Amino acid sequence: MSILQVSGLSKRFGGLRAVNDLAFSVDRGEILGLIGPNGSGKSTTLSLIMGIVRPDAGSVRLDGREAAGRRTYRIAERGIGMVFQHSRPLKRQTVLENIKLALLPNTIFQLFSKPDVMRRAREIAERVGLGEVADALPESLAYADLRRLEVAKTIALNPAVLLLDEPFAGLAPNEVREFSELVTQLRDEGHAIVLVDHNVKAVASLVDRVVAMYVGEKIAEGTPAEVTGDARVREVYFGGTFDEAEPGKEQIKEALDVESSAEAAAKAEARPVMLDVKIESVRYGKAQALRDANIQVHEGEFVSVVGLNGAGKSTLFKSILGFVAYDGDVVWQGTSLRGRTPAAVTDYGLGLCPETRELFRYMSVRENLEMGGQRLAKPELRESLERVFELFPVLRERQKQAAFTLSGGEQQQLTIARALMQRPKLLILDEPTLGLAPLIIENISTALERLRDETGLTILLGEQNVTFALKHSDRIYLLETGDLTWQGDAESFIEEAGADFL
Amino acid sequence: MTQMLRSPKLWLPLVAVAVLAVFPHFMGYYFLGVLTVAYYFAVYAMSWDLLFGYSGEVNFGPTFLVGLGAYGAALLNTNTALPLWLCVVGGTATAVVGGLLLAGPALRLRGPYFGLVTLVSVLILSKFITIFAGVTGGEIGLALPNVLSISSSGNYYWALGFMVVSGVVMTVIANSNIGLILEASGQDPTETEALGFSVTKFKLLAFILSSLFSGIAGAMTVFYLGTASPGTVVALTVTIQIIIATVLGGRRSIAGSIIGAVFLIVAGEILRPLGQLSTAVVAALALLVLLFYPDGFFGVLARVAGGRR
Repeated sequence: MSILQVSGLSKRFGGLRAVNDLAFSVDRGEILGLIGPNGSGKSTTLSLIMGIVRPDAGSVRLDGREAAGRRTYRIAERGIGMVFQHSRPLKRQTVLENIKLALLPNTIFQLFSKPDVMRRAREIAERVGLGEVADALPESLAYADLRRLEVAKTIALNPAVLLLDEPFAGLAPNEVREFSELVTQLRDEGHAIVLVDHNVKAVASLVDRVVAMYVGEKIAEGTPAEVTGDARVREVYFGGTFDEAEPGKEQIKEALDVESSAEAAAKAEARPVMLDVKIESVRYGKAQALRDANIQVHEGEFVSVVGLNGAGKSTLFKSILGFVAYDGDVVWQGTSLRGRTPAAVTDYGLGLCPETRELFRYMSVRENLEMGGQRLAKPELRESLERVFELFPVLRERQKQAAFTLSGGEQQQLTIARALMQRPKLLILDEPTLGLAPLIIENISTALERLRDETGLTILLGEQNVTFALKHSDRIYLLETGDLTWQGDAESFIEEAGADFL
Repeated sequence: MTQMLRSPKLWLPLVAVAVLAVFPHFMGYYFLGVLTVAYYFAVYAMSWDLLFGYSGEVNFGPTFLVGLGAYGAALLNTNTALPLWLCVVGGTATAVVGGLLLAGPALRLRGPYFGLVTLVSVLILSKFITIFAGVTGGEIGLALPNVLSISSSGNYYWALGFMVVSGVVMTVIANSNIGLILEASGQDPTETEALGFSVTKFKLLAFILSSLFSGIAGAMTVFYLGTASPGTVVALTVTIQIIIATVLGGRRSIAGSIIGAVFLIVAGEILRPLGQLSTAVVAALALLVLLFYPDGFFGVLARVAGGRR
């Protein structure tokens, strides 16, 4: 019998069905890859198993015993350990003391432990490659070492089942190799491992079996090869539907109608540059999120920055808006935006639809829109409202509803509509298709096309859904782990970069 | 071991306590009285820091605990024939039970809500004292038949001894496994739970320990002052002073709490001629320290000492 059996697992957040009737199991000595695009419910699934989020329905059986709905520490005691996506070690304690923490019993009656606890902590530190920095404080550690520390803490618990949430995010290729070896070793010792990643290719050689997720549901299961070949999976990653498993370039071009894009790109480039991004570097503590990002957006142009989750798209947009500090410069119609507040940048005419949407949850749809248009005079406001209602008719029907009760697709439409209420000259969209069903993506596509046709609005889009980006863009930038690795028009993208990326 | 003996962490406090212990031989009763109050205050501050500094919970009601200890002891002393030490025990028990009743439900709440509940607890206690003025003495307070000691040096030694014992016990706890788990609970409760620790259990323990020391300190304070009144052990101004003292001294350091408390009480005495203005001056000073040295006096001292080594 499998050590971990998940069945019927479901969770809703307001209008969003994060996980829906999910079932899978893992055996001892097996690595299961839980794969899916950003927003498909993988991390939520781990949180549900760990008891950090309570499931609405379903069962999580560990060694045959029900664990769903239990408190997190109880589940940990039963033998499930989790390596979180973000490292948050104790700052005032050394690496060794951080590991020691994980070795302590859950009792208030033991003030001090025997010396062998420290010895065990040191052994674990050696094992994950932290031997040399064992007595250092976490703040002096490199990013990869911080990730190692998280793994070390979980190893200290010696859990039967290990949940790894995107363990390779932000690591260099050689570090990824080391980590993979460590994970393989743990499997060979008999641990059952659930590994979450957004990319099948990256973990294909590591995992024994794959469960592919999309919008909270399991869409495929099998060996890595079987899953990559699966029609549903290909559809999800490509966005469109293709007859063959390996669609030809011509077919993609035809399906997406991109022939004219080279001309359009040439035309757009003739117009003046509206936004000139010359960011040299953005860092989050130790992790370098963005390097030498040089991006130009011309007036009336539709430019896309495509890249996987974690490539740095959101960081790029947050830097442009002034939410994140950067080295280098961002020039807007001849004026430097560097060092300006997000409010000031917005005043210049840049509107952002953040990936996380950031709606005012408890305000009604109409109030959200009015917040967007709060600088407008009454008649202008009415006119703008009318305009966004025309673009997104569903919002007119939902005017009085609180934002958090909307479905995911409706929330995304509201996010875009709210940004439009600011009457931006440049609209920045960060992952507008994230976790949405194809039909809704189609709605958003139509709205964007209408916007461009009727108002000639300039748009900068960040997407991991390449099909969606190809369909609309004049020009495309490819962003991979913080570096811009390719740029050109949509047609050449399919010819040159597409094959690798898709 | 010899290295530990040579460590300034060990001998500095010993020297400091020895110096404080000889004060009564050449200090006047007025100065000793001020320090006596400051020492009790230091224990309020340490107890508060155990919650704030380690488990990350902002308790806006330290005087709820201090007040329960003080009034519990005072009421026992005025209404029964129990010996003084049993009154202190009774007052402490009142504080611990009150703390449990408050923290049990309140710790289910996260973030600012916990703080708000504790704030309300102080308001309720002070209203309660006013409403039942017949028993509690109301705004004026209760005069106690007994006192700890009639000599100023006797009272000084009681306070110093109590502060030292409390400081040692809390230092040991803070540096123990429990301190480590508490600090983890404060920084990242989700991950701490995932490591197998019941965060609520450990936070409840911290709250009980905090109640215990606040309760004893409150009870001993009234037996020093000879009266229990809302203005000295319950009022929100006292709560604010406790918080300022801890933050001024330095978060997560017992010595810092002592430095902060002594500074605050002594500064209050020195600035007394300024009248109403004295509180404003102390508050402004606290604000400056917070803005420029968020680690407090102790943080600055530690950095200077560390730099020299």
